[in-house]
Amino acid sequence: MAIVDPEITEPDISEPEIINVEHAHPTDWLYVKVAIALALLTALEVFTYFESVHGWSDTVLIVMLVAMMLVKFFLVVAFFMHLKFDAPIFWRLFVFGVVLAMAIYMLMLTAFRYW
Amino acid sequence: MAAEAINHSAQEQDHHSSTGISNEKLAMWVFLGSECLLFGGLISTYMFNKDRIGLNDIGPSDVFDIPFTSVSSFVLLMSSLTMVFAVSAITRGDLRANRIWLATTAALGATFVAGQVYEFTAFYSEGLGFTTNLFGSSFYALTGFHGAHVTIGIIMLMSLYIMSLRGNLPAERAETVEIIGLYWHFVDIVWIVIFTIVYLFPQ
Repeated sequence: MAIVDPEITEPDISEPEIINVEHAHPTDWLYVKVAIALALLTALEVFTYFESVHGWSDTVLIVMLVAMMLVKFFLVVAFFMHLKFDAPIFWRLFVFGVVLAMAIYMLMLTAFRYW
Repeated sequence: MAAEAINHSAQEQDHHSSTGISNEKLAMWVFLGSECLLFGGLISTYMFNKDRIGLNDIGPSDVFDIPFTSVSSFVLLMSSLTMVFAVSAITRGDLRANRIWLATTAALGATFVAGQVYEFTAFYSEGLGFTTNLFGSSFYALTGFHGAHVTIGIIMLMSLYIMSLRGNLPAERAETVEIIGLYWHFVDIVWIVIFTIVYLFPQ
């Protein structure tokens, strides 16, 4: 005869787990502000390129360019692609793809003694 | 910035899926995650090959026209702004504005592709073919794949435009525009990376 412990209850699996989705969209003015920031960063990137003629070290230039690239990347993904306001699972899926790609190809370049 | 977000929950569609989120949108994000691997491979191949050229061979510093490419990059960046305006317009039920912004986005995308065709033609006339050297092969493969993605995006945008003209894209289908918008923004962020690594990094 099976003994049933009253303290242990079966999990209720009849209702699916609903992911809390925040349905919010930024205003058009916020989009314009993001676009202005993107344009300014692009102008700064191009300025950095021409300034390299005047003797900035390559390492400094690359660090600055990568920093600006990452900010632009984040602005588009967070605001234009709505990841800042959407379900967290979308963010996780995309970050997984980005991190996986970076890990694989950094390893590949290391294996070929690129650095 | 978050304080400026406005809630349109009344206009959102119900998602009849086991998770409560849209399966179509989820599929697009999975696809975009996988696309990171494709472009990651092409970008790292370019980084590995760009300096593997002969002494008198044609290289990046011989052909790149940074002012021209900067303008193209700016055009593509601004197409992302017009794309979010298109999504915003259909979300609030303004179908005419949606069509205008979709057409504007497609036109800006076409301008970018036209610039790329011009750039390829100029490089070829300067002696850089697809098989000239490893730099040429990896450069054309990377930027060519990106250009193909932009072209597919333009076709999808024009399809949405025609659907809207025929009355097949009502406000209830705002999510379709949003999903195509995700693809469009993705090709934009890929170009953000390509522009920096391929064109602006010191040669």
